[in-house]
Amino acid sequence: MKTLKPLNGNQSIAEAARQIDPDVIAAYPITPSTAVVETIAQFKADGLITGEFVCPESEHSAMSVCIGAAAAGGRVMTATSSQGLALMWEMLYIAAGLRLPIVAAIANRALSAPINIHGDHSDTMGARDSGWIQIYSENCQEAYDNFIQAFRIAEHPDVRTPVLVGFDGFIISHSTEIVEVEDDEEVRQFVGEYLPLYPLLDTSRRFTVGPIDFTDYYFEHKRNQIEGIENSPRIIEQVGQEFGQRFGRYYGFIDAYRLEDAELAIVVMGSAAGTCKDAIDELREEGLKIGLLKPRVFRPFPHEIIAKALKDKLAVAVLDRSSSPGAFGAPLFNEIRSALYDYEKRPKIINYIYGLGGRDIKIEHFKEAAQNLVKIATTGRIDSYVGYLNLRE
Amino acid sequence: MKKETWRELTIGTINLNAGNSVVNLTGTWRSGRKPEFRPEHCIHCFFCWLYCPHFAIKVEGEKIAGINYDYCTGCGLCAEECPTKEKAIVMVPEEIKLAERRK
Ligand code: SF4
Ligand code: SF4
Repeated sequence: MKTLKPLNGNQSIAEAARQIDPDVIAAYPITPSTAVVETIAQFKADGLITGEFVCPESEHSAMSVCIGAAAAGGRVMTATSSQGLALMWEMLYIAAGLRLPIVAAIANRALSAPINIHGDHSDTMGARDSGWIQIYSENCQEAYDNFIQAFRIAEHPDVRTPVLVGFDGFIISHSTEIVEVEDDEEVRQFVGEYLPLYPLLDTSRRFTVGPIDFTDYYFEHKRNQIEGIENSPRIIEQVGQEFGQRFGRYYGFIDAYRLEDAELAIVVMGSAAGTCKDAIDELREEGLKIGLLKPRVFRPFPHEIIAKALKDKLAVAVLDRSSSPGAFGAPLFNEIRSALYDYEKRPKIINYIYGLGGRDIKIEHFKEAAQNLVKIATTGRIDSYVGYLNLRE
Repeated sequence: MKKETWRELTIGTINLNAGNSVVNLTGTWRSGRKPEFRPEHCIHCFFCWLYCPHFAIKVEGEKIAGINYDYCTGCGLCAEECPTKEKAIVMVPEEIKLAERRK
């Protein structure tokens, strides 16, 4: 039976993990995702989960354990943030290259230096080329729902690619909301049994995992790997629909809020989308035809869906909660601008970097971006392509 | 040997043809020097066998019998580890003709 529970983001992930009960959970605690690991450890101590709980000496080791356990044939998960994800770096690529369907919960946090424990997307954005599927959450409910779906997506035979589920550090990880927690048995049925393709524990077959490739095979193996994530859109779509049919909450690649008839649009990912909806409502009342587009999936990037939703707008502001120093704007902006390139009629697009190190973004900041969009739409002139919101200038 | 296209490869770098070192002779990586076995000095301590990263030390019965150049990469560990006063393995210069290597 569905129950309503007051849970923060970390507890929501831990609750989903308890219901799924993966074979191996290997994680090293780091703020702000510590409580995921802590809560799961408690579940283990209380006998509520049967999976192995491994607490290694670092995040690099945690991901290494995940890789070993997944190669052995287990369903595997981890959780981390910020420097922890950064320390997993080389292992992230190996997990993806070996096509191991590991699921990671990432409470998004800024990267050092300067050291900071608050939320932004620098950690996962830095991992955007590691080959992992990336799904972002707006609130605790989405974190819970996305985490459950992540196993189905990762483990689908045509995908077999690791998935990370991001949820903003503190803003989601430490904020308590009422979360619809589904029935244990229903969740287990939805996730289903995991059938590994080449488990190392199957000693009846002889094979090698991860042998060396030189100039003659590396390229083919990489292309073979890319196919997994290229196959994933239809599975992500299907899993989101099935989840909706069973639990009543449907998921796709994007969320559009008052976007259809809008002339102006703001694009923002993660928890800030919630605040943005309020800003949109106020701006609409003030007579502005403006809407919100919230990407849910960043890898694979839903370029067609986003381009179709934005192509007829007059001006669009893409908000990134990370920076890409030296690049022409931040990652989300790059992707969206590129996605619109082939459309003859396309909006003017600008980029705002916001919220680094957990800096607040409030309704007034969305309004500031909106005012600039109005100016751009009327004059057709862009003064600056990349701006910063709520930064002391 | 025909090389597979990316579509033909098994997912996740899995190589189902385990044991293919039988045909992939990694000794072709050796360049410039090779170990030479001098049985007269050998005390059959098996240090070389233990340290060789490529299982390239030949054993017959309970005795060291020489080097398997098909797999020896010429790293020199065996010679370094050989504990006898007069080394029973020494590294010596080796010149392999390109044409031979390609065979
Ligand atoms: S040189 Fe290296 S590879 Fe060759 S036999 Fe000695 S230890 Fe083994
Ligand atoms: S290390 Fe030297 S002495 Fe010992 S077995 Fe090898 S060759 Fe002989």
